[in-house]
Amino acid sequence: MSGNGWIEWLVGILVFIGVLFSFLSALGLIRFPDVYTRSHAVSKSANLGVLFILLGTFVYFLLKDGYFSIRLLLGVFFVFLTSPVVAHLLNRAAYRTNVRLAAGSIRDDLHDYLQTEEQKHN
Amino acid sequence: MFQLFLSGSLVILLGSILAALYRVIKGPSMPDRVMALDNIGVNLLAGIAILSMFLRTYAFFDIILLIGILSFVGTIAFARFLERGVVVERKRLD
Repeated sequence: MSGNGWIEWLVGILVFIGVLFSFLSALGLIRFPDVYTRSHAVSKSANLGVLFILLGTFVYFLLKDGYFSIRLLLGVFFVFLTSPVVAHLLNRAAYRTNVRLAAGSIRDDLHDYLQTEEQKHN
Repeated sequence: MFQLFLSGSLVILLGSILAALYRVIKGPSMPDRVMALDNIGVNLLAGIAILSMFLRTYAFFDIILLIGILSFVGTIAFARFLERGVVVERKRLD
């Protein structure tokens, strides 16, 4: 069994990277000032962390038991596909319901663009 | 050793779920809360993956996929509700 120690090291490194990303995104979720920056922190690093953890699980069961789990691969694919869509829709909903930017923000190009579009309509 | 490492990872994931829970309770706007709930779902998914390694069983892989899909559908429904006031739009007959 001592010859199999490298599998646990490999899986341990993958899981450690994933947990680290998840922890950092939780830190960003607490500390960032407004909804857009928080969404930036959550939508990228939390999902990357989950991808690393699922990949670690997949590698663990593949190397340890020889069990190729297509369900875990589908989970990786699905999380990878849906996380940007969720972030995009939530940010758009936040902007359309007039959630303000943080106090220190200096540019809001989308606001100017929507203003000119509205003037073109009238 | 490996089991101890996996339990430590579960504790850190619990910490990040608690951080998201803080954002759910305190979050000043509604999209904040929905985003934090989606993050809780994603962290839960990772926790189940680690738990299935901890218990060395194949039985939870369906649950991982299921939680991913349910979290996606719920968040999309909430985003549509926040933006338009309805989730499923009705086609008018006239």
